[in-house]
Amino acid sequence: MSGFSALFYKELLRFWKVVVQTVVAPVVTALLYLLIFSHVLEAHVEVYPGVSYTSFLVPGLVMMSMLQNAFSNSSSSLIQSKMQGNIVFVLLPPLSYLEFFLAYLGAAILRGLIVGLGVWAVTLWYAPFQLPHPVWLLAYALLACAIMAAVGIVAGIWAEKYDQLAAFQNFLILPLTFLSGVFYSIHSLPPFWQAVSRVNPVFYLIDGFRYAFVGQSDTDPGLGLLVAGACFVAISALTLMLLKSGYKLRH
Amino acid sequence: MSQATPAIHVDDLRKRFRTTQALDGVSLDIQPGEFFGLLGPNGAGKTTLISILAGLTRADAGQATIMGHDVVRDYRQARRALGVVPQELVYDPFFNVRETLRIQSGYFGLKHNDGWIDEIMHHLDLAQHADKNTQSLSGGMKRRLLVAQALVHKPPVIVLDEPTAGVDVDLRRSLWEFISRLNREGHTILLTTHYLEEAEALCGRIAMLKSGRVVACDTTRNLLQLTNEHCAQLRLDRDDVPVAWQDRLLRDAEGSWRINFSEYLELETLLADLRVTGVRVTEMHLQEPDLEDVFTDIMKRT
Repeated sequence: MSGFSALFYKELLRFWKVVVQTVVAPVVTALLYLLIFSHVLEAHVEVYPGVSYTSFLVPGLVMMSMLQNAFSNSSSSLIQSKMQGNIVFVLLPPLSYLEFFLAYLGAAILRGLIVGLGVWAVTLWYAPFQLPHPVWLLAYALLACAIMAAVGIVAGIWAEKYDQLAAFQNFLILPLTFLSGVFYSIHSLPPFWQAVSRVNPVFYLIDGFRYAFVGQSDTDPGLGLLVAGACFVAISALTLMLLKSGYKLRH
Repeated sequence: MSQATPAIHVDDLRKRFRTTQALDGVSLDIQPGEFFGLLGPNGAGKTTLISILAGLTRADAGQATIMGHDVVRDYRQARRALGVVPQELVYDPFFNVRETLRIQSGYFGLKHNDGWIDEIMHHLDLAQHADKNTQSLSGGMKRRLLVAQALVHKPPVIVLDEPTAGVDVDLRRSLWEFISRLNREGHTILLTTHYLEEAEALCGRIAMLKSGRVVACDTTRNLLQLTNEHCAQLRLDRDDVPVAWQDRLLRDAEGSWRINFSEYLELETLLADLRVTGVRVTEMHLQEPDLEDVFTDIMKRT
């Protein structure tokens, strides 16, 4: 077992020990969204022709849950370790910054995917199973979780208090995920807000992911994948740079 | 002293935190197998020095090596050679004792380490707590777990940063027995502590830090000889001490007499004079100079 696999294993064990909080709870939350919104809107809204509102909503909810939980996993693990001081347990051993990055990233991706799978599974009672483009689904799911996992690492390293991390989560991650077409198509927005949505990378993640489910989207899913790929490369580069310099970890 | 690669080599280390110069040019060599003490008041730079050795802090200037491996350039080998028991009582509440030790082994790339883990748990009396969550351990047990974690990879060099702060007498004794045994088996020990009697009893050599500088570094025996102020406390049956001694004998609040002397001959002369005067000694206590006197002295002088 190399240092990487030990850290990866520890990160998995960490969220698995509190699986009710880390997996079951977000699945239930997503289900509540689905019940409420589809109850209110199912009869009134048809975003794409021939696609029920519930079928439109499901991929958005799955993606939103994956994004939030991937972020949550790496960021909360790091801030907890920092606050409790046990971060020294991973700083003292001969782990490279790359191993550090990959372990936190991998575990957060896995948590995101497990939650996403869970949300999808419970929504199958409410929306018929359809998956015309499974490869797109896989590509979008992986990239989306990876981006948020890396953002979570940056946030976890940067934050010095739970308060700061909560601010990051509530004022950045939450609005970005809510205001990116989970519940609506951006074509229903006024032109200004449409333009704003198009610079929000999360919009592309949700839009492209939905394409995999319903075969229709607001933009070209290929473009979305390109945007997502570029985002992942940029945020990974930043994260690796911070880790290499020891920013806020090695003083 | 041997010419082998020093276990710990520190050369002109400097570190500044905003307004304070935590280390101001510290140089030290600690040889393999030494039990070395690092003493100094709070804020002297002890923990900063240890943090630099451990790679937790980066020096502004200077060099540090563990078993010849530079702690920055060669950090993998340096960290493999080093076990650190941190000062703070930290633990990861997600795991139990055995998981904690297995995971810690894994960080060092050790896969099948259960034999050694069982052995350290046995020596540190942790075996019966192996399946307990770390959160439910008492303070003393958490401290033992930290020691165990520092030893999972059998490091030749062990650093203990105030390991006995707030620890009860039993644990302190068993901890020192265990650490001394590791030292006898060849491990190099670097210890910081506020308990000077511990340092005096355990350490072969001691360095004293003050405001980021080494103000003394010598064998414990030589340091103790820096002061030869013995003190005797006498109780006499009568108060008329010989005139010749009236300046040197000091009366304390409880009615005892105290005298400071550097040669035992002086004490002998005093006792002879007392006998001539017909004064009888009813009680006598002798105080040998200890490390605390030396420490206080050096901190005052420098």
